[in-house]
Amino acid sequence: MTIIEEAAPVPAPRDGEDAPLLEVRDLHVEFATREGVVRAVNGVNYNVHAGETLAVLGESGSGKSVTAQAIMGILDMPPARIPQGEILFRGQDMLKMSTEERRKIRGRRIAMIFQDALSSLNPVLSVGYQIGELFRVHQGLSKKEARAKSIELMDRVKIPAAAARVNDYPHQFSGGMRQRIMIAMALALEPDMIIADEPTTALDVTVQAQVMDLLAELQREYQMGLILITHDLGVVADVADKIAVMYAGRIVETAPVRELYKRPAHPYTRGLLDSIPRLDQKGQELYAIKGLPPNLLHVPTGCAFNPRCPKAQDICRTEVPVLVPVTEQDGTDLVGRGSACHFWKETIHG
Amino acid sequence: MAEPSKNDEQQEATPNVSEVEVAEVHSETEAVGAIEAPVDRGEPILQVRNLVKHFPLTQGILFRKQIGAVKAVDGVSFDLYQGETLGIVGESGCGKSTVAKLLMNLEQVTAGEIFYKGQDITKLSGRAQKAVRRNIQMVFQDPYTSLNPRMTVGDIIGEPFDIHPEVAPKGDRRRKVQELLDVVGLNPEYINRYPHQFSGGQRQRIGIARGLALNPEIIICDEPVSALDVSVQAQVINLMERLQDEFNLSYIFIAHDLSIVRHISDRVGVMYLGKIAEIGSDEQIYDHPTHPYTQALLSAVPVPDPEAREGRERIILTGDVPSPANPPSGCRFRTRCWKAQDKCSTEVPLLAVPERFRGVDTPAAHESACHFAEVKDVVHAA
Amino acid sequence: MPDMTKSDTATAEPDSVDAATPAPQPAKSEKTRSLWGDAWQDLRRNKIFLISSVLIVLLLLITFFPGWFTSGNPAYGDLSKHYLQKPQLGKVFSTEWLGYDQQGRSVYARLIYGARASIAVGFGTTFAVTIVGGLVGMIAGYFGGIVDSVLSRLVDVFFGIPFLLGTMVTLNSFPERTAWVVIGALSFFGWTQLARVMRGAVITTKQSDYVQAAKALGASTPRILFRHILPNTLAPVIVVATISLGVYIGSEATLSFLGLGLNGVSWGNDISDGGSSIRIAQWIMLYPSIMLTITVLAFIMLGEAVRNALDPKTR
Repeated sequence: MTIIEEAAPVPAPRDGEDAPLLEVRDLHVEFATREGVVRAVNGVNYNVHAGETLAVLGESGSGKSVTAQAIMGILDMPPARIPQGEILFRGQDMLKMSTEERRKIRGRRIAMIFQDALSSLNPVLSVGYQIGELFRVHQGLSKKEARAKSIELMDRVKIPAAAARVNDYPHQFSGGMRQRIMIAMALALEPDMIIADEPTTALDVTVQAQVMDLLAELQREYQMGLILITHDLGVVADVADKIAVMYAGRIVETAPVRELYKRPAHPYTRGLLDSIPRLDQKGQELYAIKGLPPNLLHVPTGCAFNPRCPKAQDICRTEVPVLVPVTEQDGTDLVGRGSACHFWKETIHG
Repeated sequence: MAEPSKNDEQQEATPNVSEVEVAEVHSETEAVGAIEAPVDRGEPILQVRNLVKHFPLTQGILFRKQIGAVKAVDGVSFDLYQGETLGIVGESGCGKSTVAKLLMNLEQVTAGEIFYKGQDITKLSGRAQKAVRRNIQMVFQDPYTSLNPRMTVGDIIGEPFDIHPEVAPKGDRRRKVQELLDVVGLNPEYINRYPHQFSGGQRQRIGIARGLALNPEIIICDEPVSALDVSVQAQVINLMERLQDEFNLSYIFIAHDLSIVRHISDRVGVMYLGKIAEIGSDEQIYDHPTHPYTQALLSAVPVPDPEAREGRERIILTGDVPSPANPPSGCRFRTRCWKAQDKCSTEVPLLAVPERFRGVDTPAAHESACHFAEVKDVVHAA
Repeated sequence: MPDMTKSDTATAEPDSVDAATPAPQPAKSEKTRSLWGDAWQDLRRNKIFLISSVLIVLLLLITFFPGWFTSGNPAYGDLSKHYLQKPQLGKVFSTEWLGYDQQGRSVYARLIYGARASIAVGFGTTFAVTIVGGLVGMIAGYFGGIVDSVLSRLVDVFFGIPFLLGTMVTLNSFPERTAWVVIGALSFFGWTQLARVMRGAVITTKQSDYVQAAKALGASTPRILFRHILPNTLAPVIVVATISLGVYIGSEATLSFLGLGLNGVSWGNDISDGGSSIRIAQWIMLYPSIMLTITVLAFIMLGEAVRNALDPKTR
């Protein structure tokens, strides 16, 4: 994974990989609110290749959803502002495109799945109609053809008795089924990339497993890029290839999935991993990261995590740490790893 | 912690419960006295028997006619021992939240009994019922709706004292409220603030302080950390554990997050469609589950460890949860169970130690409602 | 889901569970802010609120202290001197300023004294309607079941009666129409709207967790109703009541226009009287109409501003 950073040299791209499908460079997003300017996203860099899953991990206020919304171009542009940054899709900066060009990409080449399927689906139209609409509008198919394709898609996302249910309304489906319908709509035009914003948070755990399995299968089949936005470390471990951890609008750590869990290089990541209870063991008192997630109106100076960090020193309160590549003790490059911590060496190497 | 009771004398159905010693009371004062009496650690303090709650489905504008019922809770029995935490897990629609409401008398039971220290609290009224309310309290799920937005924090935490003036004399109340704020880790100076000025985690602490105000013996926690950020969940869980030790509380912890339930509970009950599917100690349930639903549930939980994922057995259930208005005959899980056979649709499996494990000294010997119960470790990598 | 800006802003307090870590002192700058306080802060900055408030305060002053605004007599006119005298727009606030009517009475003086009728009826009716409608709505919403069914059907029946027609028919049978009579008639047919609003608000609030929590503590029904439910249902009720005020003022004028309103000085009466002379003396009808419109508008604007301030979605 390449990280574009002024200070640090760029590590080599993965073997055999072409240029990334989507690349976010130095993105900044601000909101003008009654109480001041909220800097929701503060210089975020990440990228996704075809067939790859990037998990963006963070809690409330981390900026993970706002970044995704900026990529999709669905932010309300007053209060929101993008003062800086580039979002490159297949090498072209979407922020510099016209609204028309952007609209063509949105939905067709990049699709988004939201957390709450019920409010994302129109309650007064049948699901068949809603899925079919995509075909009618973007591909000019007739009503009949669109309907046939809808049934095909519903089958593909494993909705039982699709032909019979194509005329049902969203409220007649369970939560898991509705999420599948959202996935079906996202897939309809065979996009290159899907952004899934907390797709399973509202679902039961058995349904969650089904939906994530489905997503993984479809991703493999269509070789799509997938950005999975979540706060659930368990889901991420199952599904992701690489992870970007966000805190207070910045990326604080990046790593391939196994590496992150085995050897985190940032105190926040380490804190999160230590604080979740395990299914397979029973522990003593949970490690708890002290303090609260940051208030974006008053981001602490220096490293935003410093009030909560067990290892904070003076420099942490004054200097904002930049995302630098993480290396082994002897200096060899660890591909795809970065950390925004002044003391990442202590964190990863103990 | 406390063992599920040893009912080896009984033959067919061995509920996970010990015998109820019904308290002999002849007057309200005696009832109140019995309620106030302390219970030894390890003794049963709450005994639920065959709890049933059906919500009628009606039709009609002025005079409603019943056309069916949502069988939210359909025969649940368990014991809660003093000082322990009993976890209840299950997915949406399993009835666990309804059980909480029934225990708190926020809903009327359709049938069944809830014995608190030997008295059936579903039939109490007046002073006795008030005494019960003092001793069984609840912490709610959503920190954003469980506090009255128009009351100050001091008023919210102090309200229990207004309703039960015998617990704290009037002059003492402010001090007690500040003490409670301190105990839950909040600054006592915040006593005049309003809920919206606090974060989710802090609001949940306020809810906990409110629950503690009357010095209850039992606290029923209905998904107390689900709505909180991950980093805050651990803080609140630690707080609750500390409070349990400090104030000698017994918890019923209802949640859908299986990892958290394991961490905090001594014993765990798994619910499905209004009934208990399996119940036992945390080790028995998590490491040696015998009911297929439990196994499927556990295998679906993602573990934050990419390596462990590979070795674990994955069970993906097909189909949807049936509607509680129309549950399947016999074993309710049979429509999604890979082991289902004819017997499963005709005979309701009783919650009992499976025959093959009876009398055997193995962690699999805990109550499970399955005709074909079998151990399967789905949590650890092979 | 937790939202990002609501962390406790006053302190950088770690809010730690560990007893060993003491909490630092809170910053004294953050005052406690109730939701009403927040709404008030919003209102103070809203231009529409300010304009309408100024108008309403003015109206109230006119109602209670008419002598400050005019020395003229609204009831007695000197036919010989002032029959249909034209307005002297230069002499602002004098008795001649807006002219005289067919009975030689100063239009301006009648404008000032006419405010009483409108304000008295407007406020009186709103007050009565809020109490009655609010009570019925609260009982129906909270107790549900058969009580709700019966009360709701009652509300439906009253709703079915056309408002103005009902009031007109009622007032027609009262030769002596004092303010109380008019208020009574308007309230009798108008209480249902607030009952509906209150019922809806109560049903929503009843399901909140904090009401369940109060029940779980063993709170009595009156406590739950007045401490928990009522304060949280006031917002929509206040909005509807404020806007209704304007509507009732308009209704009173309409009734007076039809000769069924108050017996005394009223803008509606003037508009009615002025109608016959509209070709030769437009001012008799014109100025009361303008005054009426401004008054109704002031209350409706106030209601809008209050609604925006109380609406949690815009926070």
